[in-house]
Amino acid sequence: MSGNVILDVRDMMVSFSARRAGRKYRVQAVDGVSLSLAEGEVLGIVGESGCGKTTLGRTLVGLVQPDSGNINLKGTEVIGAGGSGLREMRLNVRMVFQDPNASLNPRRTIGDSVAEAADISGFFKSRAERSAAIAATLTAVGLNPSFAARYPYELSGGQRQRVGIARAILPTPSIFVADEPVSALDVSVQAQVLNLMMDLRDQLRLAMLFISHDLGVIRQISSRVAVMYMGRIVEQAGTRTVLDHPLHPYTRALVAAIPKPDPSRRILGAIEMGEPPSLFTRPHGCAYAPRCLMASDRCLVDVPQLRSVGADGRTIACHNV
Amino acid sequence: MSSNSVTLWLRPFTARPIALAGLGVLVATVLAAVFAPWLSPYDPYAIDPLIRLTPPNVTHWFGTDQFGRDTLSRTIHSSRMALLIGSGVVVFALATGVPAGVLSALFPRLGHLLMRMVDVLMAFPTLLLALGLIVILSPSVGTVILAIGLGYMTTTTRIVYGLTLRLRAETYVEASRSMGAGTAWLISRHILPNLVSPLLVQASFVFAFAQLGAASLDFLGLGAPPDIPSWGNMLAESRTFITRAPWLLFFPGMMIVATAFSLNLVGDALRDRLDPRFRQVFGEKG
Repeated sequence: MSGNVILDVRDMMVSFSARRAGRKYRVQAVDGVSLSLAEGEVLGIVGESGCGKTTLGRTLVGLVQPDSGNINLKGTEVIGAGGSGLREMRLNVRMVFQDPNASLNPRRTIGDSVAEAADISGFFKSRAERSAAIAATLTAVGLNPSFAARYPYELSGGQRQRVGIARAILPTPSIFVADEPVSALDVSVQAQVLNLMMDLRDQLRLAMLFISHDLGVIRQISSRVAVMYMGRIVEQAGTRTVLDHPLHPYTRALVAAIPKPDPSRRILGAIEMGEPPSLFTRPHGCAYAPRCLMASDRCLVDVPQLRSVGADGRTIACHNV
Repeated sequence: MSSNSVTLWLRPFTARPIALAGLGVLVATVLAAVFAPWLSPYDPYAIDPLIRLTPPNVTHWFGTDQFGRDTLSRTIHSSRMALLIGSGVVVFALATGVPAGVLSALFPRLGHLLMRMVDVLMAFPTLLLALGLIVILSPSVGTVILAIGLGYMTTTTRIVYGLTLRLRAETYVEASRSMGAGTAWLISRHILPNLVSPLLVQASFVFAFAQLGAASLDFLGLGAPPDIPSWGNMLAESRTFITRAPWLLFFPGMMIVATAFSLNLVGDALRDRLDPRFRQVFGEKG
């Protein structure tokens, strides 16, 4: 949690226009998110499908343009800066994708895929330097350097995801955005890939934004957790604090939904969650109020803001905690 | 290494004898076209009224036509025209269709404009479009290539457009964009390499249909000038003798069918070779 902050996001807003039943809508996918990431820190982002966690990650690697907000990378404002700031971000913030089968071009060799970011930015001076870097990177992710000449179809799912990670560390970035990097893998392979990511974090001092809906994986890898609900962060604190003592009713419901070895030990206040409200028709007050057991009249009209509660740097957006 | 890669290229053919046969027919046709003057036993233009409409025999293997010209020599020389028009149409269709399709998919505004123009062209039957163009321009080999090529440019554009739209949404293209790739990089590293094998199949079809189209135009008298030997011209000239001299239609007709069929077989085999996912299958067989 300590250490120097390398990424600071303030009030990021991202929206998409959508057309439904002939009418145009603005869908607010990310609705004023602020977060910061220190060197070597892993911030887990959790939330159900459609809560905006993937959009948040895609915005940080430049795939989506935010409507407003600031992204500050190592003291430099990235948004609004010219091409150089953006290029800096491209090499410094890298993404690991969910599906290792779809994220590698079947017609490019593993070596070409691994070196892609470096090739795009003209990083290498010579072919020898390039192949040496590819070999070193493949070794770093636990693959034989001879894999460089192979094609994705020759690799297993776990090996492909290692390639996906290798692609994201050449040249060495400072931040990883990992969007469900293990959810497409077998459980036995998941652990290996997670271990690899943690090793790399230690060796390369990587900060990581780890997006997942799997709280077990989040508990293993994250030092802090931010819970997202309908485009907003509703609770954020150290991993143990959030997962062992959730305060926000939504977090409590999420934690309660983890399958337990002993079904009789359920967290009090757990509820069946039901569907989230449609993004097209956002509730006026707290977006969770329609599903919340603790909701009061105030929750229906007044949007709760994040405020500090208790120890461990916990912030929470709820009127009733 | 080089002999190894040769066997790798031939493997999809050796694994399927019929594809190998197709390749054989095409190679023979290309050789016949290149070495036509040396392979032909007679001058294809030499008239000898004394032996007109002779059935196939030892001296004239494919018989002779109504002017006593040697059908074998004319059939061999005709392969030049077939290959010229076929490859001309393929080059034209790919050279125009691929850029139009890729750019239309990557730049939606341009795409709307170009694809509507393609729609208009597609509204005309290919042969009718070709006929119209040939009537407007004067008939020549170049006009025939342009006229038929325009029809296949539209289908090529459509295919490339659809494939590029799909490729553009692939995760690896997104990954590339997240690493700062520009349009030129995406096209050269991700889109074109993935277009090669479907386009190869498309090219083999276009080649085959271009030949058929050229034969049809020749038959209607709007293709290659009638004095140049081509399979279509041969059919057109001899159709009135169909009962008296069926060999005059049989041999050029057979060549049209055989080359078109072989092109399709070879196109399929090449697609399998170029797709890395198929390589494994053939690797195990070999």
